[in-house]
Amino acid sequence: MALLEVRNLGISFGGLRAVDGFEIEIKKGQLYGLIGPNGAGKTTVFNLLTGVYKPDDGKIELDGKNITGARTIDINKAGIARTFQNIRLFKDLSVLDNVKVGLHNLYSYSTLSGIFRLPAYFKVEKEMNEKAMELLKVFDLDKEAEVLASNLPYGKQRKLEIARALATNPKLLLLDEPAAGMNPNETIELMDTIRFVRDQFDMTILLIEHDMKLVSGICEELTVLNFGQVLAKGKTAEVLNDPQVIKAYLGE
Amino acid sequence: MKKQINLTKATKSTLITVGMVVVAYVILQILVGAGALSSLMKGLLVPLCIYAIMAVSLNLTVGILGELSLGHAGFMCVGAFTSAFFSLCFKETMAAGPRFLLAIIIGGAAAALSGLLIGIPVLRLKGDYLAIVTLAFGEIIKNIINVLYVGRDEAGFHFSMKDAFSMNMASDGQVLINGAQGITGTPNDSNFTIGAILLVLTLIIVLNLIHSRPGRAIMAIRDNRIAAESVGINITQFKLLAFSISAGLAGIGGVLYAHNLSILQAQPKNFGYNMSIMILVYVVLGGIGNIRGSVIASVILVLLPELMRQLNDYRMLIYSVVLIGMMIFNWSPKAKEFREKYSFKRLIAKKTEKEEA
Repeated sequence: MALLEVRNLGISFGGLRAVDGFEIEIKKGQLYGLIGPNGAGKTTVFNLLTGVYKPDDGKIELDGKNITGARTIDINKAGIARTFQNIRLFKDLSVLDNVKVGLHNLYSYSTLSGIFRLPAYFKVEKEMNEKAMELLKVFDLDKEAEVLASNLPYGKQRKLEIARALATNPKLLLLDEPAAGMNPNETIELMDTIRFVRDQFDMTILLIEHDMKLVSGICEELTVLNFGQVLAKGKTAEVLNDPQVIKAYLGE
Repeated sequence: MKKQINLTKATKSTLITVGMVVVAYVILQILVGAGALSSLMKGLLVPLCIYAIMAVSLNLTVGILGELSLGHAGFMCVGAFTSAFFSLCFKETMAAGPRFLLAIIIGGAAAALSGLLIGIPVLRLKGDYLAIVTLAFGEIIKNIINVLYVGRDEAGFHFSMKDAFSMNMASDGQVLINGAQGITGTPNDSNFTIGAILLVLTLIIVLNLIHSRPGRAIMAIRDNRIAAESVGINITQFKLLAFSISAGLAGIGGVLYAHNLSILQAQPKNFGYNMSIMILVYVVLGGIGNIRGSVIASVILVLLPELMRQLNDYRMLIYSVVLIGMMIFNWSPKAKEFREKYSFKRLIAKKTEKEEA
């Protein structure tokens, strides 16, 4: 059974039909790519999936549970985490605290035990620190744990964003242009990281990307969007050789 | 085996801040005991605590939650009047100690509750809009209290929004809140010791909140609301939490204020927007989000005009020059560079380096 199943998803902004009849089916453990020209509606699809926008019509099911139109925080609790096209870190918090914010809903103590430093505070904070450091180690960020997020180099900020998303313990990870602004070496490293995350955390990943080397390198299946509609979908190699896709997006 | 003292950076910083207040308190108490302080200075000790509490609590809203509030004096006003009303009611029937303790709790709770109620509509707004609406709410609170009449006779309490006569009290009735004339005869329970204790308590609450799970959520919302939502943080809940704690602490400042005077009136100069702006000045000059800075800035800026009283006309001129000087010292990149170069920490580090070599 599919982990994510989207049927006939659509939204309009005023007179503009930004996404129309979008369908996708992602199986557990899959590395799935969403590609298309600028303005095709890829990020809008992400925003619909994560509840930033409420869809006008259609249905989103995660693991058999209907999450159509749910609030962003409930969708996150249901198991979808994401990163952003333009990095959105908590820039004045340390690297460690960024990940600990991601752990927010998995570990809990009352506000009073936080303010008055009751035993629950020390116990849970210790667990959170250990879990967060574990995650940082995976992304090779553990040495920068105390650094402010805004002082990290660009590539590491991207990694930290993925670490923070993973901290919420999602079933499905959405990556919005993870390779944007990276040089070829960094992109190759990122491909390894994404593959590693999939294997290590047994994660299902849906990513938006313009870098065809990355897409053809790691994605198993693709969906191509054009003017808000699905242009093609299927196995990566087949889709990339589809004449329609070449004409609309890749260029002849 | 040597016991390892393992303090986090945050705990250390909290201890330093609280330690600073305690040391200042001890020094001032010794000076008072030795008779080295003028009566003017003695009279300033409680206001110093009040303004420091106000600045620290406002910094929670402005620096940590990242929302500009211009109505902070309104919450102080709520705390002052509810607690003064309570103390006046139980002036004869309760001992001073427990009565003041209860007054502090009631004043703080009432202000926190009003913060919560005002926060629900106000926190939907952002930036300039939020600032202006909080400004309006601060004025509304002050003006409501100015037309509020409450009295007590054998039959119980009487209320009016018109004047003292329309309460229809028996002839032996006592007017407790007398409209614009405010509350008269509040017991003078505030003193420097209680002020210092409350300041330390405020600092501990705010600093511990910042370095705990809810505090991280609040700062995450400040830094990036959309990202905070995407990792499952309930924006409304944590915004309201920060706003009402901030209001409650301002209320405690109000309790101290009310019990430091025998006549409590809601005037523009004590609970109007002038006061809100003045506290905001302390916060900005002490550093937005810098709790220790708020305490230092409020102490300097409260003391300065009083110390320069004999300079008459030049007083406010010097005050504004100091404001500009502090601003530069805090924020200019060159001044920051200078501070880092000659910082206390760095000097110590250099010394130990030399000793090791």
